[in-house]
Amino acid sequence: MGIVVAIVLLGAMYFVGGAIEKSHYRDIKIREARYRSFPVVNARSMPDAWTATEVGLISGSVVVSVDYFKRFLARLRTAFGGRIGAYETLLDRARREAVLRMTEAAVAQGFDVVINVRFESSRLASSRGYGDGTAGVEVLAYGTGLTLGRPVPHD
Amino acid sequence: MLISNTEAIPGKDIVKFYGLVSGSTVRAKHLGRDIMAGFKNIVGGELSGYTELLKESRQEATSRMVAAAEQLGANAVVNVRYTTSSVAQGAAELFAYGTAVEVD
Repeated sequence: MGIVVAIVLLGAMYFVGGAIEKSHYRDIKIREARYRSFPVVNARSMPDAWTATEVGLISGSVVVSVDYFKRFLARLRTAFGGRIGAYETLLDRARREAVLRMTEAAVAQGFDVVINVRFESSRLASSRGYGDGTAGVEVLAYGTGLTLGRPVPHD
Repeated sequence: MLISNTEAIPGKDIVKFYGLVSGSTVRAKHLGRDIMAGFKNIVGGELSGYTELLKESRQEATSRMVAAAEQLGANAVVNVRYTTSSVAQGAAELFAYGTAVEVD
């Protein structure tokens, strides 16, 4: 009985989980295109020619998890070793989403640029067995938002 | 209170250092949220209940850090860093730390 449920879930999640991931990627790409011209950099300080009028810490975070099917694949993978594509895309999605949320927060607060961007990621809890428990990963992106004044004229 | 994760507040000079300030909070997951997250965990995707939970907790840790800085008489916190650690199954500690300074 348990085996049947697992197989049905695996089959269903292959499609449902895949569709959710695709739609998330579509959403990420649209939003990334919208904020392409907004500078988000991990330089530790701003160039000397800039003047900042407003300063503030901003962040964006997200918790995501993989679907039942991908988790099953990943578990198989850990037996043989090698690249786990399912987890690669999970973390890629999470990081890009976190950066987007940080960028959106910066735009909403009227900042012109974000500098000194740092990433932080943590596993929320371990997953028990086949899909029991929660295997969410949290990614946080944070940086310093600046509102720029008029550039200092060169001598 | 100015907060920044850069070494100095851009455009301002640090006139006085007050030292390290920090704030932390340990949060457990909510049962209702956990059931929803357990379901979402099967289909994959964002676990928005957890996203909110961690965001609120991090804000709490940040405001505790800011309160500590205020108590010292600082008007800015620079070089802020965040860390997260899972203390036990279902509980996470959010920690924020930085350097309390006075800027002109």
